[in-house]
Amino acid sequence: MAEALLKVDDLQAWYGESHILHGVGFEIGRGELVTLLGRNGAGKTTTLKSVMGIVGKRTGTVRFDGRDLIARPSDEIARLGIAYCPEERGIFSSLNVEENLLLPPIVKPGGMSLAEIYQLFPNLEERKRSQGSKLSGGEQQMLAIGRILRTGADLLLLDEPTEGLAPVIVQRIGEIIRQLKSRGFTILLVEQNFHFAATVADRHYVMEDGRVVDMIASADVQQNIGKLQTYLGV
Amino acid sequence: MFELLGIPPQALFGQLLLGLINGAFYAMLSLGLAVIFGMLNVINFTHGAQYMMGAFAAWLMLTQLDIPFWAALVLAPLIVGLFGIVLEKVLLKRIYHLDHLYGFLLTFGLALIIEGVFQWKWGSSGAPYPSPIPGGTNLGFMFLPTYRGFVVVAALVICLVTWYGIERTKFGAYLRAATENPTLVRAFGINVPRLITLTYGLGVGLAALAGVLAAPIQQVSALMGVNLVLVVFAVVVIGGMGSIMGSIVTGFGLGLVEGLTKVFYPPASNTVIFVVMALVLLIKPAGLFGQTK
Amino acid sequence: MTAQRTLVLVLLAAALAAPWFAYPVFLMTALCFALFACAFNLLLGYVGLLSFGHAMFFGMAGYFYGHVVKAWDMPPELGLLAGVAGAAALGVVTGALAIRRQGIYFAMITLAFAQMIYFFCVQAPFTHGEDGLQGIPRKALLGGLIPTKDDRVLYYVVLAIFLFGYAAIYRFIHSPFGQVLKAIRDNEQRAVSLGYEADRYKLLAFVLSAALAGLAGATKAMVMQFATLTDVSAAMSGEVVLMALVGGLGTIIGPVVGAFIIITMQNYLAATGEFVLVIQGTIFVVIVMAFRKGLVGELTDWWKSRRTTG
Repeated sequence: MAEALLKVDDLQAWYGESHILHGVGFEIGRGELVTLLGRNGAGKTTTLKSVMGIVGKRTGTVRFDGRDLIARPSDEIARLGIAYCPEERGIFSSLNVEENLLLPPIVKPGGMSLAEIYQLFPNLEERKRSQGSKLSGGEQQMLAIGRILRTGADLLLLDEPTEGLAPVIVQRIGEIIRQLKSRGFTILLVEQNFHFAATVADRHYVMEDGRVVDMIASADVQQNIGKLQTYLGV
Repeated sequence: MFELLGIPPQALFGQLLLGLINGAFYAMLSLGLAVIFGMLNVINFTHGAQYMMGAFAAWLMLTQLDIPFWAALVLAPLIVGLFGIVLEKVLLKRIYHLDHLYGFLLTFGLALIIEGVFQWKWGSSGAPYPSPIPGGTNLGFMFLPTYRGFVVVAALVICLVTWYGIERTKFGAYLRAATENPTLVRAFGINVPRLITLTYGLGVGLAALAGVLAAPIQQVSALMGVNLVLVVFAVVVIGGMGSIMGSIVTGFGLGLVEGLTKVFYPPASNTVIFVVMALVLLIKPAGLFGQTK
Repeated sequence: MTAQRTLVLVLLAAALAAPWFAYPVFLMTALCFALFACAFNLLLGYVGLLSFGHAMFFGMAGYFYGHVVKAWDMPPELGLLAGVAGAAALGVVTGALAIRRQGIYFAMITLAFAQMIYFFCVQAPFTHGEDGLQGIPRKALLGGLIPTKDDRVLYYVVLAIFLFGYAAIYRFIHSPFGQVLKAIRDNEQRAVSLGYEADRYKLLAFVLSAALAGLAGATKAMVMQFATLTDVSAAMSGEVVLMALVGGLGTIIGPVVGAFIIITMQNYLAATGEFVLVIQGTIFVVIVMAFRKGLVGELTDWWKSRRTTG
């Protein structure tokens, strides 16, 4: 069996004095789409940030494509082939749509071209000269996702892409994510919306209090629906 | 020729030209300050000293090494800019995590050191620098020294080039994005610390460039930046630090206002910019072109 | 607590005996600057506002004192009052405008206002411009009871003024008012959400700081018998920042220590001319990079760590 593209082991992280992650462990194979589920405050976003290297202090093992990430600064990590789409989307308001799209540098060959991205998100092409701040929530989310597709990164970290969006847009994002998966991207997805996550993921990891407490494969979701509901507090 | 409100045209246009020249320097210097503040969140009090260093570099190059003005225009900003890069890497970088006031105090201390050293070595009386384009043209309503006309045009060009560089180029996009959200820009793979260092160097180089341009007009002296930097601070408060174009317009505009005041009410000419600042604070505290943060 | 009490008593004893060991004029100058630095520190250490133009209060008060005592031929008590009142009035006007901005902008605005005052002083007839207000007579206080012509006698008057100012600051900091200010400094939004009109509190602190700086400036004019442009210059504003920094922001006694150090240093280095600036600048840089708590702050920390490990 091939080694996982991303392997995390005993990851601990702190924000200043607060000890947020107490030993997170999981792995993602190439081409998989894996989710981190859990209630608010479970540490899902912190986990993504720790992989990306933008959390203050972290210890443990994070191996990506055979390389150790734990001691590297975030720009090095990005250049190894990981791209991050933050929860708050981070659209630069002093840049227009096209400048936002072109901002993340290409780190590896094989990323999508600008034309391909506009094909995936035609409404972004229409608005390409608009200032980032003038977009709606849904458009901003598409821009945030589109931005990282050009870089050539193999692993995409998506933090709550459907948060606060209308159901129609959520559906569209689901389609896009499934398309990305079929193109060969490996995706780590943080989601609160379980129903959405279930439509796209291969496996689900459940987090609680800064630890991974369970892993449920897509196929086994129906059998474990009760357990999941308890974990997520629904 | 005609007289405007009892003021002979030579006096009026002479002062307006002077005001335009002062405004050119206000614009160049507040531009540099604004760019540095945007990226580093540091008020570069050293800006006046670095402006002075540019002028001194040109003067030393001329008197010691026979290097002419046009070469100094390129070399001085490079040298002083490099010096700025060293300052950033050795000192400024280490205090970003602190309250912004410490940056202000640090650059103030550096200004004292630099100005003190230059004053100690070369005294505070000025040294003249020969005009690279001597002579001028009589326009009828006033006499225009050619070099001074050149300075205004050069300053405009420099400001517009800077504006273009920031608002329309890829590098400028990196700068604007990193000013908004440096963590995210770094997470995209851009070496933000290096970008910050470079930005400081560029801002300092801009100040030094202004200094070279100033050398033939003013006396080159250790204290030439001291009072200027205080006026530039007021310009920056009036314009609001958010917009690049705002700094440029405000700089030139205030220079003209100052010139006009010198014509019609000379005692207030030193303080008029500060009075405008007080008014702006009353009406629009964020500055004329600023966004409320 | 008793260690602190003893320290205070020792300092007081030293202060009372001092004129027999050092030049009274030097001591008085140092005390004036100490009060000035304490007034400045009230604003920075306790309210979190860096005023880079505090010399305007210090210097203008000196001019007011000189004018009242010399040109209007009034008793020195009125001169001091004029200095304080004038500085306070100036504080209200500039403070009301400066408070509209935060942090670094506030500092830049105070700097710019101070420049306005400076240029006004260069031109205004009553300041005598570059020459300054010279030859302010030393008049006896309390209608002739206290002969101020004797430096030693004047020293005790100045000491009393200093102690008064210092006590005022102390009371202010430890009052409920001071507590609110501290809350505003630490988390302004929360203080506002609790119903406190932060701007009003900040303005009051600013005016108090200005008034005390004015008291220091007027007293200095009384001692030195002149008021000059140096007293309202940006360099003077920078110097008081240095004094507070060196001594320790946010400590009550720090600025006093800082003032004495800087005044002593200036005395010794007066012969080197401009090199003093280089030294001052270097001190600024060194403190910001390595000793942000200042002498008193760092010593207190060191003392505390000794006691816990020892």
